[in-house]
Amino acid sequence: MQLTNRSKQVSNKQMTFAERIYLPAIATGLGITIKHFFQKKVTIQYPEVKQYLGPVFRGRHVLKRDEQGRERCTACGLCAVACPAEAISMVAAEREKGEENLYREEKYAAVYEINMLRCIFCGLCEEACPKQAIYLRHDEFVPVFTERDQVIWGKDLLAENMNNRYLRKAWTKEEAREQDLKGVAAEPRTQL
Amino acid sequence: MTIDVALIIKAIIILLIFGITLLIAMYSTYGERKVAAFMQDRIGPNRAGPFGLLQPLADAVKMFFKEDFIPSQASKWLFILGPCLSMLTALMTSAVIPFGDSVKYESAPGKVWDIPVQAIDVNIGILYVFGVVSLGVYGIMVGGWASNNKFSLLGAIRAASQNISYEISMGLAIIAILMMTGSLSIRHIVEQQHGGNWNIFYQPLGFIIFITCAFAECNRTPFDLPECETELIGGYHTEYSSMKLGFYLFAEYINMFVSSAMISSLYFGGYNYPGMDWVQAQLTSSLGEIAGHNVGTLIGTLVFFAKSLFFVFFYMWVRWTLPRFRYDQLMNLGWKALIPLAMINIILTGGAILFLKPLIVSFLK
Repeated sequence: MQLTNRSKQVSNKQMTFAERIYLPAIATGLGITIKHFFQKKVTIQYPEVKQYLGPVFRGRHVLKRDEQGRERCTACGLCAVACPAEAISMVAAEREKGEENLYREEKYAAVYEINMLRCIFCGLCEEACPKQAIYLRHDEFVPVFTERDQVIWGKDLLAENMNNRYLRKAWTKEEAREQDLKGVAAEPRTQL
Repeated sequence: MTIDVALIIKAIIILLIFGITLLIAMYSTYGERKVAAFMQDRIGPNRAGPFGLLQPLADAVKMFFKEDFIPSQASKWLFILGPCLSMLTALMTSAVIPFGDSVKYESAPGKVWDIPVQAIDVNIGILYVFGVVSLGVYGIMVGGWASNNKFSLLGAIRAASQNISYEISMGLAIIAILMMTGSLSIRHIVEQQHGGNWNIFYQPLGFIIFITCAFAECNRTPFDLPECETELIGGYHTEYSSMKLGFYLFAEYINMFVSSAMISSLYFGGYNYPGMDWVQAQLTSSLGEIAGHNVGTLIGTLVFFAKSLFFVFFYMWVRWTLPRFRYDQLMNLGWKALIPLAMINIILTGGAILFLKPLIVSFLK
């Protein structure tokens, strides 16, 4: 059965003299390699230069705050349930009086920990979250661990920094799909 | 006193040749990795020093600090002797190669020393090179056999049979050159190619045979069967580690440089280049007899190194272009193709010397 027209008919014909003395074929091969010798190299000098990996890349986690800088997380535990690697654990607490500028709702996560050795960066926590509190950043990785205590990330590392907020084009799948349909140009595929 | 200075100049030349040979071999490892990378659209080593130029030093340090392991069932002394022999024979060959014309030194008014830029100018230079290169296979044989490892032994056997097969056609290719020049001294052969009158124009077939055999003698791709990583792990140096392995690898690069130097002096005129007489005349008129001659020698030496390094590059270029021959293909090529071709070449050269040369000479008259 013929699927494509790319198949090449094989023949057992006797090689011609030019083929038997190898030299023309060797010259062709040398031409190909020397062409590559002068071609532009595709290497990216990684630690110094980082490539933009796309808007949907799943990097390190961030616990979002709202516009007033209040934590969005209400410690409902849906992310922990959704997590297939059981990397997330949390301790819930009730908001006291006078903490309204810290926490958005009456309940909050007093402790929120992600074990970065367990995490597989699947993004199910992000999808499970009803409060849009946890996201996987598209622009930052979890750095390489050198110490034991660098593995479990607490709120100090996860919570969003209000001076340097994490922004991206679409926050939900629906938004992303809408933008796709509208034809909003994706961020250019350049080196960061 | 006067003879002392001349001797010192000679000693400096010998040391320089030795040092430069080692330096070039060292940077060939770096060059190989860079060339390999560039041909595969990569960048290659660039972390140690600017452009990775300190990479050979880093490699050497690494080699020295590795565990120097000797297998318990290996024959200990032969195991040590193997890399020593390889290195020794590799370094010995560069002695007879003429790297340049000569350095002139005036010790007293009217008494001018003419010191060739060459370690020793023996009148059987080519035979010496052949002899030493043939000894080189002992290093591989001894090392491969002493390792008491099947892969090593296979590599050693391959190296021995390959070197024997290709040495024949290499020698036959050279005979055509000897017939033309009538001398075994490499310096004489180079001097006869004065200017642009290179042997490659008279011996294209001989050159192709010679360079093919040189590839086989150096165990380089496409004839790297003795050490093919994919079949024999490392071939004859499977069991070697630390600086012993370093010596084997280093010897290979020195051999590469020496054979490149041989190719450029036998076929590409050594330190000769077109228009050298004019350059020499200009230098002599502007700098004086002795200084002009010395500067001319320096230019010639640089030309020689440029040619040699081009062939080192060519070795690498071919390595990253051609796949390895199968063993029967290797033997077929050596015995059924190259040896008959070399013989035909000898006959053609003889015929040309007998009939063509008088014809052209009488025509020009």
